[in-house]
Amino acid sequence: MDIVRFKNIRKIYEMGAEPVHALDGVDIGFAKGSFWAIMGPSGSGKSTMMNILGCLDRPTSGQYFLQEKDVSTLADDELSDIRLKYIGFIFQSFNLIPQLTVQKNIELPLYYLGWDAERSAARAKELAAKVGLETRLNHRPSELSGGQMQRVAVARSLAVDPQLILADEPTGNLDSKTGEQIMELLTELNKEGTSIIMVTHEPDIAAHAHHRLHMKDGKVERIDSN
Amino acid sequence: MAIHQSKIARNIWLGIENLLLHKLRSFLTMLGVVFGVGSVVAMLAVGEGASKEALTRIQKLGSNNIIINSVKSIDQEGQSTQQSYMSIYGLTYLDHERIRSNFPNVQQVAPAKLIRKESKVGSNTLELRIVGTTNEWFDLVPRQVLAGRVFDKKDVENFSAAVVLTEFGARRLLANKNSIGQPIKIGGDSFEVIGIVKNEQGMAGNIQIPDQQVDAYVPLSTIKKYFGDIFFKRSSGTITFELVELHQVIVQVDDIQYVESTAAGIERMLQNFHKKNDYVMSVPLALLKEAEATKRRFNIVLGSIASISLLVGGIGIMNIMLASVTERTREIGIRRAIGAKRSQIISQFLIETVVLSTLGGIVGLAMGITIPLIITFFAKMPTVITAKSILFPLFISVGIGIVFGLYPAINAARVDPIIALRHE
Ligand SMILES: Nc1ncnc2c1ncn2[C@@H]1O[C@H](COP(=O)(O)OP(=O)(O)O)[C@@H](O)[C@H]1O
Ligand SMILES: [Mg+2]
Repeated sequence: MDIVRFKNIRKIYEMGAEPVHALDGVDIGFAKGSFWAIMGPSGSGKSTMMNILGCLDRPTSGQYFLQEKDVSTLADDELSDIRLKYIGFIFQSFNLIPQLTVQKNIELPLYYLGWDAERSAARAKELAAKVGLETRLNHRPSELSGGQMQRVAVARSLAVDPQLILADEPTGNLDSKTGEQIMELLTELNKEGTSIIMVTHEPDIAAHAHHRLHMKDGKVERIDSN
Repeated sequence: MAIHQSKIARNIWLGIENLLLHKLRSFLTMLGVVFGVGSVVAMLAVGEGASKEALTRIQKLGSNNIIINSVKSIDQEGQSTQQSYMSIYGLTYLDHERIRSNFPNVQQVAPAKLIRKESKVGSNTLELRIVGTTNEWFDLVPRQVLAGRVFDKKDVENFSAAVVLTEFGARRLLANKNSIGQPIKIGGDSFEVIGIVKNEQGMAGNIQIPDQQVDAYVPLSTIKKYFGDIFFKRSSGTITFELVELHQVIVQVDDIQYVESTAAGIERMLQNFHKKNDYVMSVPLALLKEAEATKRRFNIVLGSIASISLLVGGIGIMNIMLASVTERTREIGIRRAIGAKRSQIISQFLIETVVLSTLGGIVGLAMGITIPLIITFFAKMPTVITAKSILFPLFISVGIGIVFGLYPAINAARVDPIIALRHE
C-alpha cells in the first residue's frame, strides 16, 4: 500500500508573462514504510512537491491520495487536521519557536491535539530522551547547537506519532558529522515503521534512503533504489 | 469542556509569557489603556462623590419640601426710607392658611417666625434665633432629639412657654443635659427648656438649610402672644419698624412627583395676593434635578475624554500587535505547518491582546482607585468608588482587547505557512 500517491499532479504558478510549471504532471507512489530521497537541481520542483505532500499547498490539477484518501481538494481546516495527525515536518532551518523551551517546542503539536499539560510533558520528556536531549528540556533553542536544534525538531515531528515524516534538506545547515547523526536518527525511525520523504542534494545523505527520486523541470527524471 | 477551559487558561498563560518577553514594550503599549482606565475610574469617583454630597445636602432640605422665605424687596426698601418708618412685607398668616387648605397635595406646612433675642441662664448669655413655629416643623426639618422632647400640638394650642434648644445652644447656656425643665430667660420672659435637638446648618446648593445652631424653637402662638408682629431695627442711626408675620413657610408635598406642580400652584396663588416681590421660593427637588443634570453633563464630557484616550490606547495596542504579527510570521508559519487551524491562530493573538489590554485595565484601575484617595486626603473632596465604576472600566478594557486585537489576529491567521517558512 502507498502511504502517499500523486496522480498526474501539476502545479502552475501564474506569475509573470509566462506561467511556471513547478510540477508538470507527476505520477508517483511512495510505499508505506519506505525511505525516499528527492534530488535534483535548484528550481526543479522539489520544494513544491514537498509542500503538496505536506498538505501545505494544493495542486493546480491532479489527485493526491494520502492513505488512499483524495486530499487534493480539502478545505483549509481539514488540511490542518491532516498535517496535525499524519505528518511530521523537519526543516533545513529547524524552525523551532525561539521563545519556547525545548520541552514546549516538542509539546506544540500535542497542544493543538488537545492533550492536557501533564500527559504532554511526559510525552515530551520521553521524546527528548529518544533524541538524547533529556538534559536540555528547559533550554531555549538559542542555547543549543545546530545538531541539537535539529534533534528537537525531530522529536517535535514525532510527538503525535505520525505516519509520514517530511524532511526538507534536514542536514543542509549542519556539518557532516552532526548531519550523519541526524541521518542515523531518521534511519532508526524508518526502521520503527515511519515512512520518510527527504529532500537533499548531498549524495552521501541521499544514500541513507532506499529510493532516490531525481526531479528535473517539474518532472520525474529517474528513480534509483538500493 | 474541561479541555476547552484549560486551553483558554494555557492560551492566557502563553499570552502572558509572550508579553513578558518584551517587558518594556508591553508596558509602554499598555500605558494608553492604563491612563484611559485610570482617568475613567478617578473621574467617576470624583463625580460620584460630588453628586453624593449634593444629594445628602439636598436631602437635609427634604426632597419633598418647598421652602418659601420672606424678603424685603428692592422697591419696598426705597419706599420705607423715603415715606415711612414702617415696612410691611413677607408671608402672612393667611398665606399659611391658604397653602395648608387649598392644595390637595400639600401634606404639612410649617410656618416660622424668626426673631433674634438675647437669652440668659444664670450668668450664661447667648443671642438666639427664636423660631416661632408649630409642631409640623419637627416633621419637615427632622433632626435627632438628644434629650427631652419637641413640642406638640397641645403646646401650640396652649401657648406653652416651652423652648427646644439645639445642642450648641444647650452647651452654651445649660450646665448639662439634665437641665431639661430648667427656666431660661428669652428677652424679658421666662421659658422652660423641654428638649434638645441636633442641628444642621449652612447651604445646600444655593438654598439655606432651614435650621441654625443658634436656633431655639418656641410655639408660634406663644411668640405671637409675647412679642407680637412688629419689630424695630436700628440701622445707621435711624430706627425702622418692620411688620413681618411669617419669615418662612416650609411646605411638604405628599408625593415627589407633585412637588413641582404644587410649587407652581403656590407661586400663582401668592402672586395674586402679593403686589410686591416680597418672597422667594426654593425647591430642593429642582436643585436635585440640577445636580443630576450637571452630573450627566459631567459624565458626557468625561465619557468623551475617556473614549478618546481609550481609543488612542486601543490603537497603540493594535499597532504593536500588528508589528508583533509581522515579527512572528515565522512562528505563525511553524504553528500552521504543525497543524494549527486559522481559528486557533486568531484565538492565540486575540487572547494575547486581551491579556495586554486587561492587564492595562487592572493597572489603570489601581491608579484610578489611588488617585481619588489622594484627592480626598489633600483636597478634602469626597470621592466614591462604586462597583460599577470598577467593573465598567474592566469590561471596557477587555472590549478594547477584542476590538483592537481582532484585525492583527486575522492578519496573523492569513499568514501563508509556505511563504512564512521559505526565507531563511
Ligand atoms: N510561490 C511561487 N510563485 C511563483 N513561482 C514559484 C513559487 N514557488 C516556486 N516557484 C517556481 O517553481 C519552480 C520550482 O520551485 P521549487 O519547487 O522551489 O524548486 P526546488 O525546491 O527544487 O528548488 C521554480 O521555477 C520556482 O521559481
Ligand atoms: Mg527548494
